[in-house]
Amino acid sequence: MPFIPHTEEDVAAMLATIGVPDVESLFDEIPASLKIDGLAGVPDGLSEMEVTRLMRARAAEDEGMLSFLGAGAYAHHIPAVVWELTTRGEFYSAYTPYQAEASQGTLQTIYEYQSMMTALTGLDVSNASLYDGASALAEASLMAVRANRGTKSRRVLLAAGVNPRYEQVARAIAGNQGLVFERLPLDAERGVTDLDALEGAGEAVAVVVQQPAFFGTLEPVDALTDWAKRRGALLIAVVNPTSLALLAPPGAWGADGADIACGEGQPLGIPLSSGGPYFGFMTCKQPLVRQMPGRIVGRTSDVDGTSGFTLTLQAREQHIRRSKATSNICTNQGLMVTAATIYLSLLGAGGLAAVASASAARTRELADLLTAIKGVRRRFDGAHFHEITLELDRPVAPVLAHLAASGIVGGLDLSGVFPDLGHALLVCATEARSEADLRRYARAMTEAMGR
Amino acid sequence: MTAQEGMHVREPLIFEKSRPGRRATAQAPSVPAEHGLPAHVLRQDRPGLPEVSELQVVRHFTRLSQLNFSIDTHFYPLGSCTMKYNPRACNTLAMLPGFLERHPLSPAAHGQGFLACMYELQEMLKAVTGMKAVSLTPMAGAQGEFAGVAMIRAYHVARGEAHRNEIIVPDAAHGTNPATATMCGCVVKELATRDDGDVDVEALRSAVGPNTAGIMLTNPSTLGVFERRIQEVAAVVHDAGGLLYYDGANLNAILGKVLPGDMGFDVIHMNLHKTFSTPHGGGGPGSGAVGVGQRLLPFLPVPIVGREERDGEPGYRWLTEEDLPQTIGRLSAFMGNAGVLLRAYVYMRMLGREGMRRVAEFATLNANYLAARLAQAGFTLAFPERRASHEFVVTLKREARTLHVTAMDFAKALLDRGFHAPTTYFPLLVPECLLIEPTETETKETLDRFADAMVAIAKQAESDLERVQGAPWTTPVRRLDDVKAARRLDLAWTGGGGGSDASGTAGAANLKPSP
Amino acid sequence: MSELPGDLLYTSEHEWLRKEEDGSITVGITEYAQAQLGDLVYIELPEVGAEVEEGGEMAVVESVKAASDVYAPVSGTVVEVNGVLADDPEKVNSDPYGDGWMVRLQPEDAGTGEAMDPEAYQELLDELEA
Repeated sequence: MPFIPHTEEDVAAMLATIGVPDVESLFDEIPASLKIDGLAGVPDGLSEMEVTRLMRARAAEDEGMLSFLGAGAYAHHIPAVVWELTTRGEFYSAYTPYQAEASQGTLQTIYEYQSMMTALTGLDVSNASLYDGASALAEASLMAVRANRGTKSRRVLLAAGVNPRYEQVARAIAGNQGLVFERLPLDAERGVTDLDALEGAGEAVAVVVQQPAFFGTLEPVDALTDWAKRRGALLIAVVNPTSLALLAPPGAWGADGADIACGEGQPLGIPLSSGGPYFGFMTCKQPLVRQMPGRIVGRTSDVDGTSGFTLTLQAREQHIRRSKATSNICTNQGLMVTAATIYLSLLGAGGLAAVASASAARTRELADLLTAIKGVRRRFDGAHFHEITLELDRPVAPVLAHLAASGIVGGLDLSGVFPDLGHALLVCATEARSEADLRRYARAMTEAMGR
Repeated sequence: MTAQEGMHVREPLIFEKSRPGRRATAQAPSVPAEHGLPAHVLRQDRPGLPEVSELQVVRHFTRLSQLNFSIDTHFYPLGSCTMKYNPRACNTLAMLPGFLERHPLSPAAHGQGFLACMYELQEMLKAVTGMKAVSLTPMAGAQGEFAGVAMIRAYHVARGEAHRNEIIVPDAAHGTNPATATMCGCVVKELATRDDGDVDVEALRSAVGPNTAGIMLTNPSTLGVFERRIQEVAAVVHDAGGLLYYDGANLNAILGKVLPGDMGFDVIHMNLHKTFSTPHGGGGPGSGAVGVGQRLLPFLPVPIVGREERDGEPGYRWLTEEDLPQTIGRLSAFMGNAGVLLRAYVYMRMLGREGMRRVAEFATLNANYLAARLAQAGFTLAFPERRASHEFVVTLKREARTLHVTAMDFAKALLDRGFHAPTTYFPLLVPECLLIEPTETETKETLDRFADAMVAIAKQAESDLERVQGAPWTTPVRRLDDVKAARRLDLAWTGGGGGSDASGTAGAANLKPSP
Repeated sequence: MSELPGDLLYTSEHEWLRKEEDGSITVGITEYAQAQLGDLVYIELPEVGAEVEEGGEMAVVESVKAASDVYAPVSGTVVEVNGVLADDPEKVNSDPYGDGWMVRLQPEDAGTGEAMDPEAYQELLDELEA
């Protein structure tokens, strides 16, 4: 009986106190016809040793590949401190901090996190996180509808460089409330939104700009922000938090900045882990704070005047507003936020800038090595952050298969989602890839392309 | 200063420990690199992150952690949240490097170990719910709810019945239920609960109609009792052309005893962070896997893990939009909270068939025992004629009147006695209530101590009322001024001791680069 | 509970309204409503020029633990809102019938909807107290 502490004497004494002859009597309000005899579809239990053996074998199956994938999830070094501390039981096994007096550790951590995210994005307020970057964009779009009372439009215009997965998720979550998502045209030379083709885009409640763009390129964020504002739309920035150590923060885009920033928090100390758990972050300008979804922590004082932290602005939330809440969201990704706060504390602005610079440099070196190979060229002109789109002279899938045989996951084949780009391959290298790793990739690519 | 205070001194903000030029030097790449980016894309300032040493970080967050109550440190009988022991093995095994380092877009061929776990998790969740298929992608209970109602909507739309947009929700329901219905573009019809805690079936009969999309139910309900007429409820809703949604918040109470599928539910979400013991993590990550019956199968959110035999060997692959063209779509960029799913998988494998049944039995035993202890000590159960499920409601209406101590006072006084408070003021239908869920992993001695503490607080209210009304006294902070927190918003550190005011002058905004 | 001002009309949703000399109607919430809500932390007011319908949502009052809609007692156009409440929501607590007023409406017609006189509202309050 794993994890159940009762002795036979305990059970007998407890049943006597309740006044029933056996445990089964406690289920006497369930109609007999509904009761089942057992769970045939569940295997027998395993001891910790047995399950350890099983899981080690399973994990080993997935090991050993050298990966150059990015596309929304990035392999950065995670300091040992981060998960040593995050998995302390006091963080790991605590609930949402509704009893503030018994949750100051979690609450202060979230307040520090909110402070770091406002500093990184250059906006005024942050929530305590959302599920992931893609769902954060859906929530940001719904928030824009609530906040932008100047238009009845439900159209959200996506810059050409928005991650296509984010578009899918935004549709699935916000489409039920009548939001329509449309893409702005791509400048096929530069891999960013085509500023010359924006006329006739029509009325919109919000414009979404991703920086760096999905293709690794850098969008003309100032021009797009000013353009959005001129037509009465709110500007939603989707940003990579690592890049914000170097790149202009959303609060500084254009003449008066983005209104809402959101994105994927995974690069800040969260392992890749097949896709989650990650966390979505969201910050905004102060006047929009009451339209923001999710939990928010504020600083106040207690009856003795001691400074302390508590959940605030709860009247926006589902447990009070019910059907009129800003969102149905309850959970944030608290544990991931704890990890990210520790990560950002360890790195500081200087360390994060060093990670960002090293990643950009590694990607540039990788691109130089790969484009020296016949049949491989850069797809787009201009600056890139830590991802770059390459174009091959032949279909990408067989090349990736050849690389995989050498133990390399060579990047993401874009030809399915963006057929207009030709045989396009998105590659990423961060500070966690060594020079030897890059050379190994280049050797394998030379072989793959030489066939 | 007492020893107690020595443990509980205020921990300054990490920003207050920052000194210009200090670094945790081991943590950044040692060789400086040129980013090579053009000047016009760069930020003009340095983001205001702390500059501290590695030891300062370790000490700071260790001390912060010590300001929390948690399952690992305290009894945590928070009703409707199932705060059971989170086995350490689940965490250790989910964090094996092979799992952690796998990129989500890595081809399935390089993730067969992970995918095998996910496929078997789907199968086990089907077995414990009596559903036909499961999708693991929803990232929390609320997202699972969203997926469930969105599938119900998609079902009606696909049948040419797009006008069916009314979701019936009992008035006792959790606030996410109505909020979810709204997010799915539906309207909410509230349904009254009878005095005995069951749904009013007669009221339900008159509530259903040609616009009924479905009903959202929790069973056992949020009142801590089993919905005895569930089969009748199912028949009424189905006859009206609606579907039944099962909110899995209380699945712990019936695990291995009865299947939601048998009760007539068409769709269910499960809170893996409750029933299957993945960590709550201070408010997430959760995981809200959904299961469906035959009718909703085509609408499941993707991706799902499929299994096929190849050369006699099992192989696993993602099922996507191509396999389920009617899917409600994707709810996350990749695959939900994969690492949480691994923890749930390990937990379920360790429990196995027999262990699962015992979860419900001992959770129910503990709840009924604690309810009996409190009733015998003179506290009022909200539904004394009913059997408690895995949780129960105590109403302190009488104590509020005669002793002048509210449910909130009891909750805070429990903190002083080393117990996390039960859920307070929920369900909304019961005045001055505590919703108490001990879970199966607590010992009889702990339950006895908790009952004794409740009695002691009531007694103290007679002799030293201020001590109870002023509680807590021993926590790092005492009762906080929520009104000040909401009126004078201080949501981020901006370099000073005080906060920004609500009119909006938070310092972080001033980042415009000079032309 | 204090005396109800005799020059106002009241709704069953605990709003008060006063007919002004220019034909407009000033609206707020009653002493009873503010006491039930507790310390208010935020008042969301409509924009000037907004059209409201009798019985429709017009404003939201927020306390720490609750948010409640304030309904329009008559149909009409919002001609003025009490901007002071943006920074000082507590005015509704301290002076609900005076400085805590919320919205001034230009009604569509001369009627005052379902609003009742002070005696009728007092009866309603007595019932609620019982």
